[in-house]
Amino acid sequence: MGPAFEPAARMRRYRIGAGQGFYGDSPGAALDMARHGEVSAIAFDALSELTLAILQKDRQRDPSLGYTRDLGAWMKRLLPIALDRRIALITNAGGLNPEGAAEVVRKAADGRPLRVATVHGDNLTERLGTLAVPLDHAVTGAAFGEVSDRVVFAAAYLGAGPLVEALSRGADVVVTGRVADSALFLAPLVHALGWAWDDWDRLAAGTVVGHLLECSGQACGGNFSGDWASVPEPWHLGYPLAEVSEDGVVVIGKPPGSGGRVTAETVSEQLLYEVQDPTRYVCPDVCVDFTDVGLRDLGDNRVEVEGTRGAARPELLKVVIGYSDGWMGEGRVGYCWPHALKKARRAEEILRHRLEMVGCKPRDILVEFQGYDSLQPPRSEPDEVYLRVAVRTETRAEAEAMTREMPYLALNGPPGLGGYGGVTPPRELLGIWPTLVPREIVERDVHVEVT
Amino acid sequence: MTRPLAELARARSGDKGDIVDISLFAADEPTYELLRAHVTAQRVRAHFADRVRGEVTRWELPRLRALKFVLQGALDGGASRSLRSDNLGKCFGPALLRMEIEV
Repeated sequence: MGPAFEPAARMRRYRIGAGQGFYGDSPGAALDMARHGEVSAIAFDALSELTLAILQKDRQRDPSLGYTRDLGAWMKRLLPIALDRRIALITNAGGLNPEGAAEVVRKAADGRPLRVATVHGDNLTERLGTLAVPLDHAVTGAAFGEVSDRVVFAAAYLGAGPLVEALSRGADVVVTGRVADSALFLAPLVHALGWAWDDWDRLAAGTVVGHLLECSGQACGGNFSGDWASVPEPWHLGYPLAEVSEDGVVVIGKPPGSGGRVTAETVSEQLLYEVQDPTRYVCPDVCVDFTDVGLRDLGDNRVEVEGTRGAARPELLKVVIGYSDGWMGEGRVGYCWPHALKKARRAEEILRHRLEMVGCKPRDILVEFQGYDSLQPPRSEPDEVYLRVAVRTETRAEAEAMTREMPYLALNGPPGLGGYGGVTPPRELLGIWPTLVPREIVERDVHVEVT
Repeated sequence: MTRPLAELARARSGDKGDIVDISLFAADEPTYELLRAHVTAQRVRAHFADRVRGEVTRWELPRLRALKFVLQGALDGGASRSLRSDNLGKCFGPALLRMEIEV
């Protein structure tokens, strides 16, 4: 090869893979990534807004919990491969108790030496009162006093900084709580490729990598709205990986031999997914501008991403506060042709009378006819339909009172009832209160421990 | 004549808090121009009048031949407090594809 190729050959490149898209995901694709992805790091996104509420409830029952409970099982299978191949594992599975999660990781290593880092300071649940900032709602501007007596958890979205520190201190596994999902992926790129913290275009490119990888299979044909029926072998869908060069050029792919499809079409759907302002997607380390991002099919399940631009990071960090917002009771029963919908409506009427008779007064009641109008506005009448009733109540007992009236329909209502699935146990509903807090107030308590 | 968006475009939707966002993709330039002309924020607002309380904003991403719609107050307060079957708003994208536009 001529000298023209030399600079490219010297250009540092880094490969990173996605291992998990949510708490409850299955570990097969992560193992596949470790074995066949030829990656130097795998990042795992286990947290959603709802997940933190689940973890907080675990922790209230048992203070040693508060992390995702499948972490040990995942690590037991992943660590032998990752440690042999020197693949860094980066996960936010620490939830509200990163130290407890780190202990689980150490146990899962089965005596093999490893360095586990934990990131602390995102969990503001106990410190909200000491922050001395207004905590107004970031979207509506409402005053925090509306919900301040019902707080379940509070967490700040940290950036990649502490994760980069963990990696540079030699961590094999980095366990965090709430950090921006994309920061899990951006951190190893910054660490390995030496990007500066004010190199906004590259930080933006790395953030786009995170955005494309954080929902696991969704970049590779999962939930694909195009020709979904022809997505190859979706029963072992490959999770996405990215090859990133020092200058910020990104190619998305997936492990060889896995199912799924990586094309400009499948990647474009994930690129814009849950982005509310494509000109300014605010993350802790950079604001990303998607306006001129282009995708190019390279063939063989590879797509190049170019044109990402970045602007200076925000001075305010997002904090999400979860607050208790009542209880949900839910019941469901099916009716068949003829007049399926009429029967279900009659059943609804019976149920509403019964609720009145027992003095159950929900704050809200939602009636849906599944198979007819529950997922989209209705069009044509179906031959069978499920009546679903969901109520929002102040207390668990009221939610239970509603569900106790569902069985009444079994022998006393319209004919042609089937698929009586009973009722689901009442569950607590959670309001989400997003707010913004000056970065320095959050960051003064952020620290990294490596053991 | 009119055609449903389902014959002209792809759509994926997602959620954040009480907001639903929908990405609408055209396969080619002429179709993208049709979408730009006809699928306005006002029409999308009207299309979802039964379940969206707030404003609808539209963004254009010509390199991706995509329109992005951001629907405020669309999710019964948000996924973790919503009573709906579609508490994550995943079905808003397909629902948008029912819209008929002039072609």
